[in-house]
Amino acid sequence: MRAIAQGLFTDETPPRLIGGKDRETGRIVYPCPDAPTYDPVPLLREGTLWSWTVQRFRPKSPPYAGPDSFAPWVVAYVELPGQVIVQARLVDVAFEDLRVGLPVRFAPAPLDPANPDGVLVPAFVPMEAAA
Amino acid sequence: MSDVCIVGIGIHPFGRTDGVSGVDQGVFAVRQALADAGIDWPQVQFAYGSSDAAGNPDTMVDRLGLTGVQFINVRNGCAAGGSALFSAQMAIKSGEFDIGLAVGFDKHPRGAFNALPAEYNLPDWYGEVGQMVTTQFFAAKIMRYMSLFGISQKSLGMVAEKAFRNAVHAPHAWRRQPVALEDILAAPLVSDPYTKYMFCSPGEGGVALVLASEKKARELGKPLIRLKAATMRTRPPHSFEVFAPSVDVVADDTGPRGTASRIASADAYRMAGMGPADIAVAQLQDTETGAEIMHMAENGFCADGEQERWLAEGRTEIGGALPVNTDGGCLACGEPIGASGLRQVYENVVQLRGDGGGRQVPGDPKTAYSHVYGAPGVSAVTILER
Repeated sequence: MRAIAQGLFTDETPPRLIGGKDRETGRIVYPCPDAPTYDPVPLLREGTLWSWTVQRFRPKSPPYAGPDSFAPWVVAYVELPGQVIVQARLVDVAFEDLRVGLPVRFAPAPLDPANPDGVLVPAFVPMEAAA
Repeated sequence: MSDVCIVGIGIHPFGRTDGVSGVDQGVFAVRQALADAGIDWPQVQFAYGSSDAAGNPDTMVDRLGLTGVQFINVRNGCAAGGSALFSAQMAIKSGEFDIGLAVGFDKHPRGAFNALPAEYNLPDWYGEVGQMVTTQFFAAKIMRYMSLFGISQKSLGMVAEKAFRNAVHAPHAWRRQPVALEDILAAPLVSDPYTKYMFCSPGEGGVALVLASEKKARELGKPLIRLKAATMRTRPPHSFEVFAPSVDVVADDTGPRGTASRIASADAYRMAGMGPADIAVAQLQDTETGAEIMHMAENGFCADGEQERWLAEGRTEIGGALPVNTDGGCLACGEPIGASGLRQVYENVVQLRGDGGGRQVPGDPKTAYSHVYGAPGVSAVTILER
């Protein structure tokens, strides 16, 4: 399986997200901007849930490229300590277990759960599920 | 320096008006505002017009008259109306003009705003994975705020319940049927914790305001509604904004982050020589119910977390200590971007004149506050005084 875009994940197994470090200020952003003033840096695998919501309706296409069938998913903001807070999906979690501060680990997930050969999108799982 | 005064107001009803273009809704509002001020179009020396999606405002000279008037178009996201008003008052303050117009209108397609990543300098994959959705941001912002400051989902519902109840008495509002709190809370979730009643919808509408120098306002014999402050500001570092794939980490993340609203608000109070306690009625950006709650604190009216008690005590009701969104706000009026900020000022003038009818704030209010906020971190505030 491949990532939905180049330069999003590292090539290692398991992969990490790639952020961009501002050469002047050291500020880290995500994704890494396509600009010479940023150096790509691998981001931490583990972090905590900074905030979240549940996407309850199928987003408009375009730009959404997911399957026609729709099941609600968790939109997460994950704090990677000392680096940056990233927006990604949170999978393998019951909605009632969601809370700010929940420990999570990076684990890319398929855009279409019914098509495991499709593309992978940035996602996290709860630490307990990742163990 | 003498004050800039608002001497005429006009509004085309918000909501859906099939068969009437956005520009024509703006023209409708202008004619009403001119009549209210007791002037004719040729007396208008300049205009600033805002529209996000319904064409160039200056094309309305076709309808209003080819007087050669200076007419400048303004696009500034959700702060477009506020920016038009700011520009108009500057034109009078500068001494260049005595009387002119701020007008805003819009006409958005049904459904959520449909944004594309390239328009926001974002990679295509951000939209492909389903993150180009404004409601995700608003929901995630309030979810963290609720966690930090103990705001309940019931309070989110109470704000919507108040909005529809106030709008019953606002002829220009769109959704004018009361909705019971339990129905609001039990409605389908759009994006947790918000149900469908807790988000406003893009819509249509037009608003026009005639502004004049104090000298001119006295000549017209109008009650002096003074524009004591008008500010438009952009975001500070580390703020959390719509369509953000990442957010900065900060050393102490237990408090609220800086926002454009906080800057615009603080500067408006300073310019007006007033504080939050001096304000009698406020229109605060309420694109979602949590926005009204967070903006109560961001505009200095209460501390973060106090909103829960404020709502329980009814302090933001029309008869409360600080009535908020007396015409139902964006929740009941919808959000035609170019007109929305000017609607708030329209409503404040109605309140200061005592013309609010069933939604009139009691006690003869003398001061009124308006606030808009929008992508990508812009805010505009006004303070009026009679």
